[in-house]
Amino acid sequence: MSAAVSISGRQWKRPPLFIHSRFWRIAIYGGALAYLVLAIGTLDINWTRVAEGLERSGRVLSGFFQPDFTSRSRDIWQGLVESLTMTLTATVVGVLISIPIGIGAARNVAPPIVYYVCRSIIAVSRAFQEIVVAILFVAMFGFGPFAGFLTLAFATIGFLSKLLAEDIEDIDEAQAEAIRATGASWLQLLNYGIQPQVMPRLIGLSVYRLDINFRESAVIGIVGAGGIGATLNTAMSRYDYDTAGAILVVIIALVMIAEYASSHIRKWVQ
Amino acid sequence: MLRIEALEKRYKTGDHALKGVSFTVQPGQVVGLIGPSGAGKSSLIRCINRLVEPTGGRIFLGDVDISAVSRSDLRKARRRIGMIFQEYALVERLTVMENVLSGRLGYVSFWRSLLRRFPQGDVDKAFALIERVGLSDHVDKRADALSGGQRQRVGIARALEQDPELLLIDEPTASLDPKTSRQIMRLICEICAERKLPAIINIHDVALAQMFVDRIIGLKAGEIVFDGHPSALTNDVLSRIYGDEDWNAQRKAQDEDAQDAAAVAAFEIDRARHLEQV
Repeated sequence: MSAAVSISGRQWKRPPLFIHSRFWRIAIYGGALAYLVLAIGTLDINWTRVAEGLERSGRVLSGFFQPDFTSRSRDIWQGLVESLTMTLTATVVGVLISIPIGIGAARNVAPPIVYYVCRSIIAVSRAFQEIVVAILFVAMFGFGPFAGFLTLAFATIGFLSKLLAEDIEDIDEAQAEAIRATGASWLQLLNYGIQPQVMPRLIGLSVYRLDINFRESAVIGIVGAGGIGATLNTAMSRYDYDTAGAILVVIIALVMIAEYASSHIRKWVQ
Repeated sequence: MLRIEALEKRYKTGDHALKGVSFTVQPGQVVGLIGPSGAGKSSLIRCINRLVEPTGGRIFLGDVDISAVSRSDLRKARRRIGMIFQEYALVERLTVMENVLSGRLGYVSFWRSLLRRFPQGDVDKAFALIERVGLSDHVDKRADALSGGQRQRVGIARALEQDPELLLIDEPTASLDPKTSRQIMRLICEICAERKLPAIINIHDVALAQMFVDRIIGLKAGEIVFDGHPSALTNDVLSRIYGDEDWNAQRKAQDEDAQDAAAVAAFEIDRARHLEQV
């Protein structure tokens, strides 16, 4: 073995990764820090109101710890059924519309024009948050679950088409090529070469979307799109905190059931 | 009968994969296509059923010029040509039966294939072929539950289910062990002989090709540099196809494989003897 030449006492410092100039490093980091301090300074915190609020939040919390399921059970039940109906119908309709759009948005099976049209639909659907869409649909179709149904179906299309399209683009091309080589038509290629490869993921994503849609249905209810969210909103504005607590417990229970069931189903279809 | 005239393929990237390749394959003839990687073997085979679009030349299968048919007639042309792939290319989540029946897709309507209601004749043929390749016990297994050799047998059955007039075979043994490779090659050649079926086998294992095929075409940089009987493949010819260095390297690798095999055999014998003594 050859002896390694060793010189002791050599300095080493990790080189700066992002900004190499010392001046700009100090200027940018320093500027950001100064802005943060000033921004916190402009937050106008009214401590007397916080103190009042503390008392109120005590009442809210005590309401939540003693949820009242009985006195408004009909409202809760109605809101729940509305939410579940809205969730299920919106997911089914959304998935059915997503499949052709997702296929159209996959570069390896769709011609370029169709590809760009479908990608644009997806982009529009994904550009707006559910609440913004819900406000729009409530304005167009009035209060109630129909606006909620449209909102969730619309959001489902953006979510599912995009992920389905990406999954189709990621398939094993050899399998599709083999089906093409038998003289299969385009539809047969989809059915034999592509569907078996993407089906487990499509089912998994649909179930996952069902789960998301239920949670969203509680949120969009607050802006007037019906469902359990509307019931929750009413309870809160009536200072009816024990009923609100009951509604929250119901939502949490259902989300947990949906979560558990969807992870189970996704494992099972693999 | 297949006749190829001055076939050209230039990819958009500028690669000139095929530079005017011409040859004719007689009925029942099994042709081995050899050459270094990048010589255009794979492009040539895929141009014949237009999985890759040729940029020049003509391809006649019987009287039909495949290179000139329209999109809708291409479907009819493709169903006359069976193809067997390197990594089997079975649809993994479909059953063995569905994979074999997919060979009929060029003949049946979309609705029939969607509902898996193939004509009785197709189903009978599929059962017969599955039996012929020795997989009768696995009809309803999913393709991804089979071993490599079994999968390639399904691939062969799928190609034959088409009632092809020509087989295109792309590196059928590249992902198989040597013994299974020989079994698969034997099966392919037996079937071709039974049905008087011409085949083009794209193969990188020269020794295996010499063992089984009727005729060898050597391809180098998109041009045919050898076309003849396997026995005419001398070392000179092989170094012309593969280039001196590559061929020597391949031969050396084969020698080493043989030495390894001999060493393993010797070791096995020693061990057996040792075990007997103990």
